[in-house]
Amino acid sequence: MTTEAASARLPAAGVPRLARGVRLRHDEARGQWVLLAPERVLQPDPVAVEILKRVDGERSIDAIIDDLILAFSVERGRVAADVDAFLAGLVEKGMVEVAS
Amino acid sequence: MNVVPRSEPIAAPVAVPLPVPYGMLAELTHRCPLMCPYCSNPVELDRRNAELDTESWLRVFGEAARLGVLQVHLSGGEPTARRDLEEMIRHCVKVGLYTNLITAGVGVTPERLQAISEAGVDHIQLSFQGATAEVTDHVSNFRGAHERKLAVAREVRRLGIPLTINSVVHRANIHQIPDFLELALSLGAKRIEIAHAQYYGWALRNRGALMPTREQVFEALDVVEEARERLKGVLTIDAVVPDYYAKYPKACMNGWGRQSLNVTPSGKVLPCHAAETIPNLDFWNVREHSLAEIWQASPAFNAFRGTDWMPELCRSCERKEKDWGGCRCQAMAIAGDAAATDPACHKSPLHGHLLALAEADAAAGVTDYDYRRFTTPDRAQ
Ligand code: SF4
Ligand code: SF4
Repeated sequence: MTTEAASARLPAAGVPRLARGVRLRHDEARGQWVLLAPERVLQPDPVAVEILKRVDGERSIDAIIDDLILAFSVERGRVAADVDAFLAGLVEKGMVEVAS
Repeated sequence: MNVVPRSEPIAAPVAVPLPVPYGMLAELTHRCPLMCPYCSNPVELDRRNAELDTESWLRVFGEAARLGVLQVHLSGGEPTARRDLEEMIRHCVKVGLYTNLITAGVGVTPERLQAISEAGVDHIQLSFQGATAEVTDHVSNFRGAHERKLAVAREVRRLGIPLTINSVVHRANIHQIPDFLELALSLGAKRIEIAHAQYYGWALRNRGALMPTREQVFEALDVVEEARERLKGVLTIDAVVPDYYAKYPKACMNGWGRQSLNVTPSGKVLPCHAAETIPNLDFWNVREHSLAEIWQASPAFNAFRGTDWMPELCRSCERKEKDWGGCRCQAMAIAGDAAATDPACHKSPLHGHLLALAEADAAAGVTDYDYRRFTTPDRAQ
């Protein structure tokens, strides 16, 4: 099936990284992960956290997907669609940049 | 510097016994080359020899991070007047604080910006007093300020640091909102703050020269709304509404002692930057107490925390945990009682009085500013 590839908004070989001014960190005081941006504190859900932890400016989107499949033994199509949608949303907000 | 009490929650409230603060405003100094008539600093400015030393600030940043603060706002006065700013930024980054620099951009060389960038600053907010040189230079009472700010903005973007433009609007520049938006776009800013002046301290002194008319305010709100739609995904617009003409008060600081704290140049810790306008509040100082102690136990922080302190009007109102009864400093300034319902609320018996004050000021047409300055003749530098 190629549907998810066709509907993907980001290039699978592209390498995403957090834009300058955006940081992911664990917040000890509240026991949760937070994504920090100018005047914003976002609380990503557990799936988003797993994706974000792998956004390191080195792994490609494809590699991130492979990694998630290995770690959580989930089906490829679902993960690919989730990762693409989530990262595309952050790209739109200027919080993630994708180098091809 | 102009700091604005946010009206939108920066994050969902957290269910813990005592709230954990998200943000800390560090007013590193009151020294500033500009003289904005709405400056949010107190009328009694701290002088250089009263400022905390480097070591104390570094300790405070460490304590803030341990307390749960996520974002620190390095402000002033003009924070670059502190020679040790880069050292402070490096330390904030080291202890995990998201580091935001709020500057007026006058007297900041490209070399200095480079050093600030290398120290790891996450975000820079640059104030513009007007959208044109004429207005900026007049409002800040500094010739050439606008040109210098433009140069700083370009340098910030060249270094790749995310940029927010801060604009405080009032009668002399409220018509420039579309120009402020253009300016932000042309400088490559991703975010702009359009904050109506908040009337405490210097701005209260200058209310006659600052207060816009009701028509101007409502027109400004429309302009912002339209631009928000049009510039979605291009420019984030955060607006702070003017409350003199509003129906409900702002959720000042999202509740007293709930999400943020403010450290003054001399080390006093305040629940909001204007809190010192309330007489008889006992503020503790970081020279004597840890930040955690102050947050938890200082009388000033506990004075208006939660809803127990509220007058009956608010306590029985369904909005009490939405706007927290409005602003304590405004209640003090207008009602003479910090524990009163904010007169910006239409349910307050003083609401009509507040409106009348605003309308009278807007109509009187005063044009001379009482510019912000140190109160004795020799300006401390
Ligand atoms: S005088 Fe103006 S630039 Fe200086 S601290 Fe006050 S508001 Fe900011
Ligand atoms: S009565 Fe008090 S709680 Fe209710 S809207 Fe007015 S200020 Fe807010």
